[in-house]
Amino acid sequence: MSTIMDGLSLGAIYALIALGYTMVYGIAKMLNFAHGDIIMVGAYAILTSLQLTGNPYLAVVVSIVVCTASGVIIERLAYKPLRGASPLAVLITAIGVSFFLQAVAQLIYGSKSQSISLPDFGKVAIGDVKINVSTILTLVIGGVIMTALTLFVKKTRTGRAMQAVSEDKGAALLMGVNVNRIIMVTFAIGSMLAAFASLFYLMQIPSITPTLGSMPGIKAFTAAVIGGIGSIPGAMLGGVLLGLIEKICLSIPKIAPYTTSIEFSLLIVILLVKPIGLLGKKIREKV
Amino acid sequence: MSRYIANVKKQFKFKHITTWLLVAIALVILIILSNAGALDRSTTGLLSKIAYSIILATSLNLVVGFLGELSLGHAGFACLGAYIGTFAASYLRESIDSKLVVIILAMLIGGLVAAVFGLIIGLPALRLKGDYLAIVTLAFGEIVRNIFKNLPMFGGAMGYASKTYNQKELFIIAFVAVIIVLILMQNLIRSKHGRAITAIRDNEIAARAMGINVTFYKLFVFVIAAFFAGIAGVLYGHFTTPILYTKFDYNFSIEILVMVVLGGMGSINGSIISATLITIINFELQAKLSGDLAAVRTLVYAIILILIVVFNNAPALKPIKERFSLNHLKAKRNAKKAAVIHDDAAEWNRIETKVKMDTVLTPDLPHNEAVTPDKPDKPAKEDKENG
Amino acid sequence: MADLMLETKNLGISFGGLKAVQDVNLKVQKNELYGLVGPNGAGKTTVFNMLTGVYQPTTGTFYLDGEELKGKSQEKINHKGIARTFQNIRLFNNMSVIRNVLVALHNQPEFKYNPFDAMLHTPRYYDVEVRMRDKAKEILDVFGLVDERNNLACNLSYGTQRRLEIARALATNPKLLLLDEPAAGMNPNETAELMSIVKGIRDRFDLTVLLIEHDMKFVSGLCDEVTVLNFGTTLAQGTTAEALNNPEVIRAYIGG
Repeated sequence: MSTIMDGLSLGAIYALIALGYTMVYGIAKMLNFAHGDIIMVGAYAILTSLQLTGNPYLAVVVSIVVCTASGVIIERLAYKPLRGASPLAVLITAIGVSFFLQAVAQLIYGSKSQSISLPDFGKVAIGDVKINVSTILTLVIGGVIMTALTLFVKKTRTGRAMQAVSEDKGAALLMGVNVNRIIMVTFAIGSMLAAFASLFYLMQIPSITPTLGSMPGIKAFTAAVIGGIGSIPGAMLGGVLLGLIEKICLSIPKIAPYTTSIEFSLLIVILLVKPIGLLGKKIREKV
Repeated sequence: MSRYIANVKKQFKFKHITTWLLVAIALVILIILSNAGALDRSTTGLLSKIAYSIILATSLNLVVGFLGELSLGHAGFACLGAYIGTFAASYLRESIDSKLVVIILAMLIGGLVAAVFGLIIGLPALRLKGDYLAIVTLAFGEIVRNIFKNLPMFGGAMGYASKTYNQKELFIIAFVAVIIVLILMQNLIRSKHGRAITAIRDNEIAARAMGINVTFYKLFVFVIAAFFAGIAGVLYGHFTTPILYTKFDYNFSIEILVMVVLGGMGSINGSIISATLITIINFELQAKLSGDLAAVRTLVYAIILILIVVFNNAPALKPIKERFSLNHLKAKRNAKKAAVIHDDAAEWNRIETKVKMDTVLTPDLPHNEAVTPDKPDKPAKEDKENG
Repeated sequence: MADLMLETKNLGISFGGLKAVQDVNLKVQKNELYGLVGPNGAGKTTVFNMLTGVYQPTTGTFYLDGEELKGKSQEKINHKGIARTFQNIRLFNNMSVIRNVLVALHNQPEFKYNPFDAMLHTPRYYDVEVRMRDKAKEILDVFGLVDERNNLACNLSYGTQRRLEIARALATNPKLLLLDEPAAGMNPNETAELMSIVKGIRDRFDLTVLLIEHDMKFVSGLCDEVTVLNFGTTLAQGTTAEALNNPEVIRAYIGG
């Protein structure tokens, strides 16, 4: 039971990160490798502002602002000049940005892990099992954010413009959609989600290193691909699925060391069987 | 026989052998220096490092530069080679006396095992493109690492303690391996099979329509690249002890990719130069920058990587680039000359080594591209390196 | 029956329920120049894509020289003897002209050597490469491209690129050549030249040619028979003069 709850809350974190990947991929058609490192940026933002002000709520706000801003700045400086260039070029640039962020963080904060004390909400007992309140918070807030995002994309003007851009950039441009603005908004939203992810991540593992974001980032991308990249419900499904699998594997001592292998093998198998992911849309190559 | 010699004469061009000839000359000089006692232990160690970096970079270039698929798991193949090769060597040593034979057999075994995995990881490559393939190869690298970490027979998390080689001998073996790999690779590229591979990169749809067996060639390139990476891994394994799974993480794959990108995708010479430079810089910086300052190195690589890619690919920079590119200047000069004489025998199978990256991975050219063909823009920098 | 080069039976394909092409029955005689015409979006290129294995037909089948090729991969179909050009030119842009043709010669039985011959540069490698080059030059000569052979394909003029694409298709030694709008974007001189080239290669290489074209002068000047497609169905079929003067065809083109 507690394993499943842990799995769900880890899944919620993965889902939040995966959403960032999937939205950017859906709209800018690029794999933002640096997305995982935005989480790291968010974590250090929380750390620094907590050290300066001591107010955890303010720290969260600061982290959201910093993440959003860095997402937008990265997009403007590194990716925007490459619009229309080959996916490989963009991907390599994104890898460069990821390394850049890690190196800067290491120069500022050092490579040693720093611990952070977030307010402890204690535990509640449901039946016989005690569950961390932070786990429940993660689930609830994560669920709310994802619902809000779905509504945003479906109902608002900007959201519909996003759908249009992801469907056909050229046509959207002709219809008067400001594609550059939409891509920027997408990056902003994705990075904002990453800020939340970093908060929840720290609630589970309260220590920060410059490479904190890379593994969750890769795993969340795995989740996005498993769910079908470009699909918002797919990212949520993939994230939760991956979180559950990871926690279940870790809870069985015999296979715990091989958890990473199992997760990545799952990715390879799914891509081989269903290259578009579980909920992805099929793209026909035009000849 | 006479026909054979005539054929060879028809096609031979000095340019085709300069690459490995230069490496061979460098090796001879190094051997002389080493025998004269001019090279200390750390320098010979550095030389072995350069050797396996060159093999890794050039073999990755086969996949990224010539086939046009992105692989982020190249370190995984090297990891397989390192563990399996040295493991095999420790057994072989019991029955075979000659150290040279042992290391050659170990390289073949490590290479073959890596090649088998190259085949396995090549299978998804047939169905996936670009970003998807990148993530699958990345996943593969992590899986390999994770498994070696947990296998007790390979020392688990403590690493696999291997017998290292005498460094003075190892660097010679390593460089001979480099020369052989380079010859095989360049010969392959300069054949109809190499043409088929670059055709797939240039325009996969057209390549299929011309009856090129895309499936075979994609797998083939993955297998060959994995084989060579495995050999590089074996060299690494004979050079370092213990072999630690942590070395072969995703950052190492990226480092190899950086070498390929810096040297120019599709340029073997470029890969050799950048692999050598990066390894030397790494080596020098490692001693000077300790602790957290080591991040400066990463920072510099990151910035170079971003700047190079953005400069080479940003559509807005194209006119500026064209004005200052060497090619443009060359074209201007050529325009003044009345007639350009072509050397048939050599020109027909020359390799278009440097590709503009826009065309890699984007076989779907927009319609109007055909109407106003772009000049192939070769960045000035790469030209200098290869000149 | 025996002298049919291409026969399609009720060939059709649908994308997500939309019937893009249905019930196309072509009968192309050996050595014939056959036209496939119709307004934009009539499904002509889709027919080509089915014949070359890019799309798998959902209904019907087709035979090349009596052999059923439905369900075969693009490569296999090319090996069996169908080669094509593309509506939007798809050359290997970063390769020289002669290399484009050399790639197409890849599968000819007389030019076989394995990757190990290549890596070790065995005598066979040298022998084959030299012969391949001669053959490629011979083909380029037919199209008047010999002097351009060392230029990059992307630096050629548009009309020359079209010619090179045909040369390249021809190098795969096909029985049936599919030309997708070969005269598109050409000026009248180039078009006239192209007509004589197409006729010339038909006779010289004993080819059957199926072509898509909008230029009616080109079609009526070249083709023996045509099939007119409209909205994915066959509107008219027969000798060129007959089919093109069919009132239904005129209405489809002019509208009304």
